[in-house]
Order: sequence, then structure tokens, then C-alpha cells
Amino acid sequence: MSVNQNQVVKETENIILAPAEWVNNYADFLYKYAVVRVNDDEIAKDLLQETFFSALKGISNFKGESSERTWLVAILKHKIIDHYRNASRMRSKSITNESTEDEFFEKGNGHWNRENRPTEFSSVSNELQEKEFALILKKCIKKMPALWSAVFTLKHIDEEETDYILQEMKISSANFWVIIHRSKLNLRACLQKNWL
Amino acid sequence: MKDILYNCRKATFLIEKKNLTTISVREQVELKIHLAACSVCKLYQQQSSFINQMVKKHLVKEASQIGSLDNHFKEDLANKIKVKMADEDH
Repeated sequence: MSVNQNQVVKETENIILAPAEWVNNYADFLYKYAVVRVNDDEIAKDLLQETFFSALKGISNFKGESSERTWLVAILKHKIIDHYRNASRMRSKSITNESTEDEFFEKGNGHWNRENRPTEFSSVSNELQEKEFALILKKCIKKMPALWSAVFTLKHIDEEETDYILQEMKISSANFWVIIHRSKLNLRACLQKNWL
Repeated sequence: MKDILYNCRKATFLIEKKNLTTISVREQVELKIHLAACSVCKLYQQQSSFINQMVKKHLVKEASQIGSLDNHFKEDLANKIKVKMADEDH
């Protein structure tokens, strides 16, 4: 009998939500999770706040199938995807050359053009240089069209499944591979230009 | 076949695709032949992998190095949550 009781207690402990403790328990973790993905301090804070507010509203939907933390992360993930979608919708209006076919290759034969042909990067040989390189890499990711940086981040930083990205960002598989290709060409060129 | 031999656009596309998924045997052969003959795309391939490696090493794991939230922001947020909770109760 007492064993049964313990189990019940444990189960309810698992599903109890304690919003008053959310900031204390999860704010730093969720904030860091968001910052890595949106690459912007203010936006990360906004998304964090929205996550807690949405969670409060959705408390009755919480089924206790996951931990409180996992549940909050799932909500935050949705917020981040929404942010990606909105950003790419807004910015693609102003960026008309997103599809400029060939800034890297000659039109007819597909050779590298003189201007964008890869040359050796300056060396990256120690930890400090790597960190500086990573900093420029981050800036280059930020400079890309929003949809590209969203897809790049989802694939390379979040390491999400391709199908998930297609579904969430509502793009075709062909489009996905074009973006993966273009964004890497773009990043590499940006690094060549700025890593000196 | 002739197409891929000289086409760096297509070769770099296959390099990126191959990084993330499997490409067909035909594509593998075409890419191999192109890379044997094209030192620029070979360099591209190296740099592309290096970028991926740097992303993994410094961007993915970076979360541990990001500073925590300042207390002022946290207190403020905790208060907002309390207010909302009170609202929900009524």
C-alpha cells in the first residue's frame, strides 16, 4: 500500500508545474538556448518572455508527458521557428537579389568567376584565432538573407532532420538544397573577405 | 558527364549535399572525377568542412559561454509572471 502511495506522489511531482519558480529554474537555460539560435540578445529575451506567457496560458494543456523543462523548451522552439518565419517573410520583401543566379559562377559553363574563386584562408592555427574566426562566422551568418540563416542554423546548429525543416519552414526539398548550397557559398566568400 | 567535369557550380552543390546526406553513385563518381581535376573546388571542399567544424565546435557548444541574464531582467520577468498568474486566478 505504502509503495503505491509513493508512486502516486512521485507521479504528481513530475507533472506539477510551478510558474512562480520558472524564472529561477529555467530562465538562464532557455535564454542561452535562444541566443545561440537567434544570434541576438534582445530577441532572445523577448522570446523567453513570450515562452513563459504562452506556457502560463497553456497550463491546462500540459499533460505531464514530459518534464516541465522539456515542455518549456518545446514552447520556446516553436517561438524560435515563428521568429525565423516572420523574419524571412519580412526581409525577403526588401531583398530582391536573394535568387540572383550567379554571383559566384560564370553563366554558361559554371566555372568559378575570377572575383569569387576560393583562395586559401589566412591560417587558423590556435584556439584564440579559432575564436576570432568563429566571431566573424557568426557575423557572416547574420548578414545572410533571413531564410538562409534560418535554414543554415536549423541544419548546422540545431542539427534538425531535413524533413522537419522542410515542414516547419514550408519549403520544398529542391529549395532546401539550393539554400544549403547558396548559404555555404555565401558564408565562405564572406569569410574569405573578412578573415584577414 | 562532360557537364560535371567542368561545372564548378554543380560540383559545389554536390559537395554540400554529400555533407548532409547520401548522393547517388553516379553523382559520387562525377564529383570524384571533377575534384581530381579541379584544385579550386578541392579547396572549396576543405574550407566548407572547416566551416562546418568551426560551427560545431564554437557555435553549437557556445551556450556554455554565454553570460547569464542580469538579475534586474529576471526580477522584472518574475514579477510579470506573478501578475499574470493572479489575473488567471480571477
